[in-house]
Amino acid sequence: MGSRASTLLREEEIEEIKKETGFSHSQITRLYSRFTSLDKGENGTLSREDFQRIPELAINPLGDRIINAFFPEGEDQVNFRGFMRTLAHFRPIEDNEKNKDPTASEPLNSRTNKLLFAFQLYDLDRDDKISRDELLQVLRMMVGVNISDEQLGSIADRTIQEADQNGDNSISFNEFIKVGNLQHIYVWAGDHYLILTYILLSVLQDCLCSSV
Amino acid sequence: MSSLLSSPVLSSLPFSLLSSPLSFLAPVLSSLLSSLLSSPLSFPLSCPLLSPFLSPVLSSLLSSLLSSLLSLPLFSSHTSSPVLSSCPSSLFHFSQRFTTVVPESCMLILLGLVLGGIVLLTSKKQLYQLEPGLFFLFLLPTIVGDAGYFMPARLFFDNLGAILLSDVSLCSDQKVQAGLMEFLLFGALISAVDPVAVLAVFEEVHVNETLFIIVFGESLLNDAVTVVLYKVYMSFVEVGPENVQTADYFKGVASFLIVSIGGTMVGLIFAALLAFITRFTKKVRIIEPLLVFLMVYLAYLTAELFSLSAILSMTFCGIGCNKYVEANISQKSRTTVKYTMKTLASIAETIIFIFLGISAVDKSKWAWDTGLISCTLIFIFVFRALGVVMQTWVLNWFRLVPLDKIDQVVMSYGGLRGAVAFALVVLLDAERVPAKDYFVATTIIVVFFTVMFQGLTIKPLVNWLKVPRATNRKPTINEEIHERAFDHCLTAVEDIAGLNGYHHWRDKWEQFDKNYLSKLLLRKSVYRKSELWEVYQKINIRDAISVIDQGGNVLTSARLSLPSMASRASFPEVTNVTNYLRENGSGVCLDLQVIDNVPGAKVEEESETHHFLAGNLYKPRRRVRPCQHCHTDRQRQDREIFQRNMKSRMETFKTTRHKRHSHKKDRSDVKEQDLNDKPRRNVSWQDKDPVVVPVESEDEKGEHLEPEKEEDVGITFVARKVPDTPKERPKSVPAGLEVCQSPSVAPPSPTCSERNLPWKGGIGTLPVCVSMEATKIIPIDLQQAWNQSISSLESLASPPGPVEPLHPLLSSSPLLSSPLLSSPLLSSPLLSSPLLSSPLLSSPLLSSPLLSSPLLSSPLLSSPLLSSPPDPQEKRERKHLSCLTASLI
Repeated sequence: MGSRASTLLREEEIEEIKKETGFSHSQITRLYSRFTSLDKGENGTLSREDFQRIPELAINPLGDRIINAFFPEGEDQVNFRGFMRTLAHFRPIEDNEKNKDPTASEPLNSRTNKLLFAFQLYDLDRDDKISRDELLQVLRMMVGVNISDEQLGSIADRTIQEADQNGDNSISFNEFIKVGNLQHIYVWAGDHYLILTYILLSVLQDCLCSSV
Repeated sequence: MSSLLSSPVLSSLPFSLLSSPLSFLAPVLSSLLSSLLSSPLSFPLSCPLLSPFLSPVLSSLLSSLLSSLLSLPLFSSHTSSPVLSSCPSSLFHFSQRFTTVVPESCMLILLGLVLGGIVLLTSKKQLYQLEPGLFFLFLLPTIVGDAGYFMPARLFFDNLGAILLSDVSLCSDQKVQAGLMEFLLFGALISAVDPVAVLAVFEEVHVNETLFIIVFGESLLNDAVTVVLYKVYMSFVEVGPENVQTADYFKGVASFLIVSIGGTMVGLIFAALLAFITRFTKKVRIIEPLLVFLMVYLAYLTAELFSLSAILSMTFCGIGCNKYVEANISQKSRTTVKYTMKTLASIAETIIFIFLGISAVDKSKWAWDTGLISCTLIFIFVFRALGVVMQTWVLNWFRLVPLDKIDQVVMSYGGLRGAVAFALVVLLDAERVPAKDYFVATTIIVVFFTVMFQGLTIKPLVNWLKVPRATNRKPTINEEIHERAFDHCLTAVEDIAGLNGYHHWRDKWEQFDKNYLSKLLLRKSVYRKSELWEVYQKINIRDAISVIDQGGNVLTSARLSLPSMASRASFPEVTNVTNYLRENGSGVCLDLQVIDNVPGAKVEEESETHHFLAGNLYKPRRRVRPCQHCHTDRQRQDREIFQRNMKSRMETFKTTRHKRHSHKKDRSDVKEQDLNDKPRRNVSWQDKDPVVVPVESEDEKGEHLEPEKEEDVGITFVARKVPDTPKERPKSVPAGLEVCQSPSVAPPSPTCSERNLPWKGGIGTLPVCVSMEATKIIPIDLQQAWNQSISSLESLASPPGPVEPLHPLLSSSPLLSSPLLSSPLLSSPLLSSPLLSSPLLSSPLLSSPLLSSPLLSSPLLSSPLLSSPPDPQEKRERKHLSCLTASLI
C-alpha cells in the first residue's frame, strides 16, 4: 500500500512537502495513501463531498467547519499539497531552540498558527473578528438542541464579555490568544496522540515494507 | 464472599429498587454492618478489639479537629492532642515559621514519636500499634475514596498510559535487589510508592497537575501491583524457593492481571449502580451523601472479599460515578459529600502518620541491621531514579509534551514510601519469614527517611528546579468552549487523516455515553440540560462567590468586567466607591452559611452583595425577559443597566457614608443603612416599570418573599417584574389618606403623599425610622386584622391622644402588631397625617428583622417595589416633614 502511494508521488514533491510541512517521509506517504483513498473522483483533488463521505465526520458537530478549513477561499477543490498544509497545523510544536531560523517563515505548526486555525473555525466571514452571531453558530453546533436560545445567547454574551478588551463586542484574534491564557489549557496537547499514532503506523508500515 | 452473597442485598435488589430507595438502603446498611462485624474470617478485626483501641485515638482526634475548627493554623491543631494540650501556645508561636518548611506528614510522625515515647516511658509497653486490619479496612479506604472521587477524570485518562507504564516498571525493578525469595518479597513491598504519603507531600508542594497525577496515579495503582506481588511471593516463600516452577511465575502474572482488572471491574459496577440509584433519590435528598459513602465503601469491601485490588476498585468507583452522581444529587448533598470525604481523609491521614511514629518507638518489634538498611536506602533511590529515567524515555516517544529532566527528578524524588509498606511488613508471618524483625526495622527507617528527608527537601528542590506549579485558576467560559471546539476539531482531523487515535476513541466513548449511559444513569431533568449550560451556571456561581470573597475589588478585576467597564472612568466617584468597598470588604464574611444565620451586622453587607450581584451578574435571558427588555438592542441595554446600577449604587454609598459619619453613635446604625439601601435596590429594573408604589403590606411582601426555587440550579439571581399589585392595596391608600386631613402638613394630593413614602429613600425620614427601629414585624396571620384596622381609620375619628406616650408605645412591638391597640393610636389626628401614618405602617416592615433575615438573600432584593431615587423637590418636602415629626415626638 505504502509503495503504491510513493510511486504515485514524485520524490521531489515529497521533498517539497517535507520542507513545507515538516512531516516525515513515511508520514507523507501514509497520508498520501489516505488522500487517494478519499479521492473518489481520482483526479488528484478532494472535493467537499469527498470529505463528507467520512462517516465519523458526518456526526462531528464541527465537521463542516473543519472541512471548510481545508479549502482555500473561493475554491472547492484541494490538492494534496493543500491537504498536507492544513494537516500540518496539527503537528506537534517543535523545540524552538533547535531550529531557530530567523529567515524562515513561521512554521505551520507554531502556536500562533494553531490558534489562528482554531480562530478561523469560528470566524466565518473572515473579518478577523468573532462576532456574537458567529460564536452563537458554533455554540449551537456544539451543544445540540438541549438548550434554549436565550441560554445560548447568555453564554455567548458572557464569552464575549470575558474576552473582549476593546469593547467592540467581538473577539479579535489578539483577544482570542490572550483570553484565559490559552497556553495553560491543553491547547492541542491532545495531538501527541496524533503523533503517537503516526509513529506507530509509520513504524509498522516501514516494517511491512521492508519485509515485503 | 459468601457473606455478601448470602446477605439480603443481592437477593432483595430488584424488589427494593422498584420500591423506594430508602428501603433499598436498609439492607445495604445492615449487610454492610453484618459483614463487618460478623465475619471474622474475612475481616480479622472485630469490633471489641477495635473499640478500646480506637477510642483514645478518636478522642484525641476530635479535640484536634475542634481546635482546627477554631481556625488555628495547621500545626497547632495537631499539637493540641491531650498529651501536649498543656503547652499548645508556645508551640503555636514556634510553629508559625516552622510549618512553612516542614510538611504536615513529618510533623505528624514526629508527634507520633513523641507520643509513643511518652507512652512507652509510662507503661513500659507499647499499647497502640498500627494494626493492619484497621489500616486496610478503615483508614486507607477513606483516603483512597477521597482521592478517587475527586480525581479529575479527564486528566487521569489522558495520562493513563504513563501511569500504567511507570507503575509496572517501577515496581518490578526492586526485585533485582536480592536473590533470596524473602528479599524478593521485601523488595516487592518496599518498592510501593505510598498514595497517602504522596498525597500528603505533593498536595502541599503544589506541583503542576500532570506531575501530580502521574505520581499519584502511579502510587494508587501501585497498590494492586504491590499487593499482588506480595501475595505471589508470599506463596513462593511458603512453598519454598526450590519448589517454585516456571509455571508459577506465569500464574503470578495472571493473578496480577486478574486482581487489577477485577478490582477495576468491581469498582465500575458499583459506580454504575450508585449512579443508577441516585437517579431516584429526588424525594429523599437526605440519603444521597450516605449512599455515596456506602456504595464507594461497599466497592472497596467487595473487592477485598474477592481478594481483588480494593484500592483500584474504590478509585474506579469514585472516578466512574463522579460525573453522574454529581449531576444527580443536589447541591447540598454535593457539598456534604465533598467536605465529609475531605474531613475523613485528613483524619485518617493524621491517624496513620501518628501511628507510624508511635509504633516506631517500640523496640521490641524490630532489630537493627545497618548493612541492610543502608543498602535498601541506596537501592531504593537508585532504582527509583533508574526506573523513572527508563520509563520516561519510553514515554517521551509518545508524549507530545515530553517529561523533561526536571519532571523526572521530581518523579523519582517523590517516591515516598509510607503506611502501605509498613502495614504489609507488619502483616508478615514471623514463623515463615524469620527475618521479619529486620524487615520491619528497615521498612520503618525507609519510611521515615523518605517521608522526613525527602518530604522535607522536596519543597526546596521544587523551588530550586523551578518546577511549574499548579495554577489554582479555574477555567473560564472561553476555555471551556474552546476546549470543546478543539476536541471536536482534533477528532475530525483524526478522522480525515484516517487514524483511530485517542480522540477518535474518546469521541466514540462520548457518543456511547450520551446515547446510552447518560440516558440510563442520569435523571431526566439533568439529562435534558446541556453540559455547557451547566458549566456556564457553575462559572456564574463561582463569580458570585468570588464577588463576595473580594468584597468590592471585583469592580477592578478583569474577571467580571462588563462591557461598560471601559467607560467607568467617566464616573469621578468610582475610586471612592472602590475604596469604600475595600474598607468594608475586609469584614465581609466569606462563609455564606454564617451570613445566612446571623442577622445582625452581616445584613448590610449581605444585602449589599446581593444587590451587587443581582445588578451586575450576567443574567440568564430567560429570567430577565419579564422585565420587558426589547430584544433587538440587548447589548446597549445591558450597558445602560449597568451604568444605572453603578450610578444609583454610588448614590447609595454616598448617603450611607454620610450617615455613617452623622450617626456613628447610633446603635441601630446598621439597620438604618439597610433601610436606606433599600430604596435604591434595583433601580434599573424599576425604571422600566411603571412606578407603582402601593402602601407596603405584608401580603405583597409575602409575594416577593417567595424565592424562585429551582432545584439544583444553584444560585440564580432573579430580577422579576413586580407582580400585579393586589387590587385592595391601592384602595386602602387613598382610604387612609382621606382621613388624614392634618392642617399642619396637608399634602394636597395622594400622589404627592405617595412620593413621600419613606421607602423612597432619603435622609429626612431617618429620625422617624430610628424611633420605630425596635418595632417588630407583624405576624402574617395578623395581616388581615391589621389591614382592617387601617381601613377602619376612616370611621374612627377619635380625639387626639397625648403625644408623649406614643414613643414608648410604638417601640414596644406587641402594641403595633395588635390591631386593637394600634388603631386608636393611629387615629389620633397628629399621627393620622398621611406623612406619619405611612412611615408608621411601612417602617416596621422595612426595618423589621424579617427583611434582614436570610430571606433577603432571595430575589426579593431586586423587587422593584423599592424604588427610584428621590428628586430634589421630594427631598425638600421630606426634610420639612421630618423636622415636623421630630418636633412632634
